[in-house]
Amino acid sequence: MTDLTNLTVAQIRDGHRAGDFSAVEVAEAFSANVAAAKALNAFIVETPEHALAAAKQADADRSAGSLKPLSGVPIGMKDLFATNGVQTTAASHMLEGFVPRYESTVSQKLWDAGAGMLGKLNLDQFAMGSSNETSYFGNVISPWKRNDGGNAALAPGGSSGGSSSAIAARLCPAATGTDTGGSIRQPAAFVGISGIKPTYGRCSRWGIVAFASSLDQAGPMARDVRDCAIMLENMAGFDPKDATSLNMAVPNWEAALSSDLKGKKVGIPKEYRLEGIDPEIDAMWDAGIAMLKDAGAEVVEISLPHTKYALPTYYIIAPAEASSNLARYDGVRYGLRDLPEKAGLQDMYAATRADGFGPEVKRRIMIGTYVLSAGFYDAYYTQAQKVRTLIARDFEQAFGVCDVILAPTAPSAAFGLGEKTADPLSMYLNDVFAVPASLAGLPAMSVPAALNREGLPLGLQIIGKAFDEQGVLNAGLAIEQRAGFTARAEKWW
Amino acid sequence: MAIDQATVRKIASLARIAISDAEAAAMEGELNGILGWVEQLGEVDVTGVEPMTAVIPNNLRLRDDVIDADPLTGGNRRDDILANAPAPQHGFFGVPKVIE
Repeated sequence: MTDLTNLTVAQIRDGHRAGDFSAVEVAEAFSANVAAAKALNAFIVETPEHALAAAKQADADRSAGSLKPLSGVPIGMKDLFATNGVQTTAASHMLEGFVPRYESTVSQKLWDAGAGMLGKLNLDQFAMGSSNETSYFGNVISPWKRNDGGNAALAPGGSSGGSSSAIAARLCPAATGTDTGGSIRQPAAFVGISGIKPTYGRCSRWGIVAFASSLDQAGPMARDVRDCAIMLENMAGFDPKDATSLNMAVPNWEAALSSDLKGKKVGIPKEYRLEGIDPEIDAMWDAGIAMLKDAGAEVVEISLPHTKYALPTYYIIAPAEASSNLARYDGVRYGLRDLPEKAGLQDMYAATRADGFGPEVKRRIMIGTYVLSAGFYDAYYTQAQKVRTLIARDFEQAFGVCDVILAPTAPSAAFGLGEKTADPLSMYLNDVFAVPASLAGLPAMSVPAALNREGLPLGLQIIGKAFDEQGVLNAGLAIEQRAGFTARAEKWW
Repeated sequence: MAIDQATVRKIASLARIAISDAEAAAMEGELNGILGWVEQLGEVDVTGVEPMTAVIPNNLRLRDDVIDADPLTGGNRRDDILANAPAPQHGFFGVPKVIE
């Protein structure tokens, strides 16, 4: 019998529907992989009973002829989504032991579609990080190793590093991620899987632990483009409980998948050719251009002149919003309370927050507090919001002459754990290609494109017009079919 | 503009995060590194540019004026709301004494 954990979401769905296997068999197979992969530290909480209950329901629904879109498919849930009755921590000490009494809109939609939950996936603390080294519950380890014979533990990317590691290691066929400045795309690229951040507002933010609300957007991560389309269809949709939710119908992205790009124009932003970048990144990019030409697309050079300002803009806006959002952790209503002897209310706040937040979270709250403080607000925050307008305008003008944009996802392959933690700035630079689309609210995805000389995956990024997830998925599919990426990490865990 | 340790302590106080002198010293360098880097935004000509307020054009909606229209966000959920409170008392959030 085939190993069920090698199947994609589409194959599980279709095979279950056809009666090739039971959903219970699938759930048990994945739960066994989860239980055996402690060395990766991808899960904070394992919930095999949740996956099994959904699987039993799926098998009953099959007998009753009432299958749902994700019946029989167990998934991983990033621990940033509130799950009713299951601890939700945002990988922080602050929320350790927090058990929501409600369900996030996105996770509820997935359960309503028949999916089951294998567990809550580790991440960077409050989704702040690019390597999954800021989690209170320890680093997530990538299943990949360099082919140099060494045994260095590699970063799975971040912040959705539990999601990326778990999918690459076949612990789940798909998972939820969230992307504020690249947190779906960069980890997907680091482990050789696909992930899409939809247009801002496609997926409800209700019940997702807030980081930077004008940027936060949920999206799926999976092994291929079709699975991303299937997952996204079951995550997206209007939600009155989120003030910025898009009141638009959810397209049938899977049914409309097409890798025929005749008549499409692909923009290549010249500002993304970074000086001093690893030549393998540029070579992969050139190969991607050739693949899209082969799929029928016309390639045009475009200019996004404010690209170099995207990261500094992001590192004002995101911390500013974070400092405001994270003000809610006060030791009063939920989460940690640290009440020193004879402390008053103010001392309790300060002690609780000193104890409950990790160093990167504190750093960002401090930066955000400073740029929003009286006397500096206009120089930093208002200026950044104006530059953000210019960055969005760059994309608008570019989309006057092209349909999608092709670029690398990250400036390097996965790096080793600990290699970049000493210098926050060098870590931030990892999101140089991912952040601009986040600031402009545009749909963007990463698909695996090649292995580098160290035997590590590299990802290509496709950025689309607002609401044109279909165009992004289709270009991603064209690359997927031509790149023929089948490499996977050799099992050591 | 560089910030000094007194400013770091002031920011920490505004952010309600207790920090030690050693932490303030370490943070002085880190924050100056980040702030020095973001200051390059000052060179962008933003004459006549409006600050972005909504990344995707969207209008704020008004909900219907119906009490408890959505049971998840309506009323009568006191026990749910207090379920994760660190020190609930008599159906309220408990806090240290603020008035002597």
